[in-house]
Amino acid sequence: MRAKIFVKLKASVLDPQGKTIHQAVQTLGYRGIEDIRQGKYFEIALSDSLTRDEAWAMLDRLAREVLSNPVIEEYRVELEETS
Amino acid sequence: MKFGVVVFPGSNCDHDAYHVISKVIGQPVDFIWHQATSLEGYDAVILPGGFSYGDYLRAGAIARFSPIMRAVTSFAATGGLVLGICNGFQILCESGLLPGALLPNRTMKFVCQFVHVRVEATDTPFTHLYERGQILSLPIAHGEGNYYCDAETLERLRRENRILLRYCDEQGRVTEEANPNGSLDNIAGICNRQRNVFGLMPHPERAAEEALGGADGRILFHSMAMALAELAQD
Amino acid sequence: MLEQPVITPQLIEAQGLTEDEYRRIVERLGREPNLVELGIIGVMWSEHCSYKSSKVHLRRLPTEGECVVQGPGENAGVVDIGDGWYVVFKIESHNHPSFIEPYQGAATGVGGILRDVFTMGARPVAAMNSLRFGPLTEPVNRAIMAGVVKGIGDYGNSFGVPTVGGEIMFGECYARNPLVNAFALGLVREGRVFYAQAGGVGNPVLYVGAKTGRDGIHGATMASAEFDEQAMEKRPQVQVGDPFMEKLLLEACLEALRTGAVVGMQDMGAAGLTCSTCEMGARAGTGIEIDLDRVPQREQGMNAYEIMLSESQERMLLVVKRGREREIIKIFEKWGLDAVVIGRVTETNRLVVRHGGKVVVDLPNRLLTEDAPIYHRPMTPALPEGDYHRLPFWREASGHEDYGEVLRRMLASPNLCSREWVYRQYDHMVRTNSLTLPGEDAAVIRVKETRRAVAMTLDGNGRYCHLDPRAGARLAVAEAARNVVCVGARPLAITNCLNFASPERPDVMWSFSEVIDGMAEACRAFGTPVTGGNVSFYNETEGRGVYPTPVIGMIGVIEESRHLMTHRFKDEGDLILLLGETSDDLGGSEYLERMHRAVVGPVPRLDLARERAVQEVCLTAIREGLIKSAHDCSDGGLAIALAECCFSGHRNRRHGVEIDVEFAPPEVPEALWPVIFLFSESPSRIIVSLEPVKADRLRELARAHGVPITELGRVGGERYRVNLNRQTIIDEPVTELEMIWRRPLDEWLSLNVIAE
Repeated sequence: MRAKIFVKLKASVLDPQGKTIHQAVQTLGYRGIEDIRQGKYFEIALSDSLTRDEAWAMLDRLAREVLSNPVIEEYRVELEETS
Repeated sequence: MKFGVVVFPGSNCDHDAYHVISKVIGQPVDFIWHQATSLEGYDAVILPGGFSYGDYLRAGAIARFSPIMRAVTSFAATGGLVLGICNGFQILCESGLLPGALLPNRTMKFVCQFVHVRVEATDTPFTHLYERGQILSLPIAHGEGNYYCDAETLERLRRENRILLRYCDEQGRVTEEANPNGSLDNIAGICNRQRNVFGLMPHPERAAEEALGGADGRILFHSMAMALAELAQD
Repeated sequence: MLEQPVITPQLIEAQGLTEDEYRRIVERLGREPNLVELGIIGVMWSEHCSYKSSKVHLRRLPTEGECVVQGPGENAGVVDIGDGWYVVFKIESHNHPSFIEPYQGAATGVGGILRDVFTMGARPVAAMNSLRFGPLTEPVNRAIMAGVVKGIGDYGNSFGVPTVGGEIMFGECYARNPLVNAFALGLVREGRVFYAQAGGVGNPVLYVGAKTGRDGIHGATMASAEFDEQAMEKRPQVQVGDPFMEKLLLEACLEALRTGAVVGMQDMGAAGLTCSTCEMGARAGTGIEIDLDRVPQREQGMNAYEIMLSESQERMLLVVKRGREREIIKIFEKWGLDAVVIGRVTETNRLVVRHGGKVVVDLPNRLLTEDAPIYHRPMTPALPEGDYHRLPFWREASGHEDYGEVLRRMLASPNLCSREWVYRQYDHMVRTNSLTLPGEDAAVIRVKETRRAVAMTLDGNGRYCHLDPRAGARLAVAEAARNVVCVGARPLAITNCLNFASPERPDVMWSFSEVIDGMAEACRAFGTPVTGGNVSFYNETEGRGVYPTPVIGMIGVIEESRHLMTHRFKDEGDLILLLGETSDDLGGSEYLERMHRAVVGPVPRLDLARERAVQEVCLTAIREGLIKSAHDCSDGGLAIALAECCFSGHRNRRHGVEIDVEFAPPEVPEALWPVIFLFSESPSRIIVSLEPVKADRLRELARAHGVPITELGRVGGERYRVNLNRQTIIDEPVTELEMIWRRPLDEWLSLNVIAE
């Protein structure tokens, strides 16, 4: 099984990296881009011995406790089946 | 009286903190390896600056899971003095001992320079030898020092007089230009409700000797030592 | 195991070898090498590892002196600074990787030089860097600069070494040929130095640190070839640095060395496992046998060729006393690092490598080290034509209407303006030893356990060396020594980084030879031997090469830290004096390039005896407590040096000056006297300030050493005023000049669209 975890700054928190990139691409002539927010992306390879439910619970905890900081960030977990 | 300086993998101001305690203010001090599980026998603990675990996930994010941090949490709960400098401040925030978080600097660049900070409260073991409103010259050196918390937390920090240092200009005015990293309300350092846990981005240990360009930071360590000495007498 | 391919001329060329060299290999070996062996020989015989074009010249450099503990040939030089402490220091180039990928190239350059220092048992306590970029008007040059500076900062800051100084210059010849030279300095107690030698037959060989991946394969040969359009496609060769891993490696290595169980240690830098195994064996007169199946690997299916030539960063090779390997492995485990016994020391003088149970390499060490080819490459003198005395402005004796305006333009020059944009991104204070902030003539760090301090500076002037390589090299050494003296230190020794274009061009080879002779002469004059360094050839892209750019890294010692001197003026009313003499020395100057777009000679004349005398007077004056400031007068001339003395610094307010001088240089048209006075780059000059009552003693000192001394004026007020021959030629507010000087790099670099 493989999983993806996306972490990004909460909408209320200023994202200087995203802002810098947004300004840059505007200068470069890309039109129609309203906003850019930068986040983090983790690719996780899971052992086959885990059940789907176990994996979900564990990944959610991992994302909440380690990979993101709830003061400033939010996260999303995706679990994909590999045959 | 005994100080401990915690060494995380990637700490790099551990020797500097050790030097200040042992040589500048002349107090007993040990290095404490991050795998240690007890702080018995210590009266004050310093979480030093550096890049614990490379700061790879977020500054301080992995260090908070080191075994020593459980000990630091209970040490703090029983009134022990905890000082987090720079990366140490980031670790304290990540571990929830202090509220808020430290974001990348507004400029997106690492910044190392002397700045001015104003002492906002002196009713703590860390700042009681300063005067309220005193302007200090201290160096900063960080890429993620942009203090952030939600509005409610900020309100509480203000109400409870827990903002101990604010970035200011040479005359002590708290202005936008004097804010080196974009910190909310020019916050350079805050303490917990019990006032025994203090985190700050500037490096007092780098300004503790005249030869290094100033000694304003030395008083902070003297304050801690004196507070501990008074405690011991009681 | 690799199938043995037929060795074709293409394969030979792909390893960076010539057909002649291949014939020599077959002859020495008595057989054809296999592909792995060919790769190993190719990399060890590359210019980068073998110094095959430079060796015959480098031998002319003085390398011995009272203070030298270890000269060239080891990972770094070692110098005795007294009171039981040694300094370990070296400079190295990372030019080619930094062009291909500025951020990682510069970062791994810093990582490599730090490892060179701590493999010798020294804790790195200071770093510096010398950088050259193309003009900032080009966005690509700004992007390279921003990436390089961020790479240096991120690596050094995280590792925890203060980046205390350095130099940056810009020039057309460095566009697409940036130079990134990284310097590191460490401290070690007397008698605790470790060497990269595989001593003791039967001792185990340990691999420690990061796992091996496919990164950087053939970086050493890449650094030995010119660039062409395809260079950018070589991108995957660039290594990625991990400063956190390096910090762990530092702590673990120093802890391991303290046990006494380590015999020798070498980092796996260029040419990785190959270079470290054969060099450690060769130095000790032993052999090393290793088994690649035991090497920790990050990627699957790596073959012997890839493992041997990988340039993955943050790895070390250790030779440990037999029976004590467990003890050492435990220390590395404590720091979370791999440590594996991969082989042992043999008595064979051969490098033997096994993979998959078979011997895949069996080569004599000699073939890889001493027997590498040495070339006496052809040389042709090629001094550029031209003399500024024949330029229109000189012939017509046309001075300037407004010298204030010229001063402003000079102060805003990227070569002269404030470097704050750069050093603000470097942690320059960690370890709490920095007695100076960046921007002084030399950086100074204290040795906490003693009253001593170490001064260090990097200096080079490509323009001078282009116009006259021999004189340029002498000037660079003289300036470095002067810089060290200005902070109150006695010059001790140098390390050098020699950046040149292709050695296969006779004019380049000639300039290299000239630089060596000039450097040797100056080093002898100052008693500062060369303890090591690095040669970087092939700094050219599409046939356009860099100026010959030797960079001198000089260190000095201050016996009493309290004798530290800084360059800024301190108090109103102090007298300003000039030690030395200003002459008609505009050749190769910043003024000529900035104001007349001319790079022509002749370069400033240097009298080494005079230079030493000026330095002696300055040092004595500092030690006697006579003077309050000292500043070297070089790039941009007296006008720029004076301005820098006026500007504000940490705990030092801004000052004005009132300069009042009679000046009539012989054989110079009167209209050009101000130009010479303000912007001539005559060497052997130091601006000092002092209390008026102490001036007589200083004059006496100067007289005793035969050094000319001129009273320039006084510190005071808020204006920068210069009266030459009773005429006011400059009268500007210092505040404005300072702003003009502070802003340029911030402004240029903020133009970057995407910096990193």
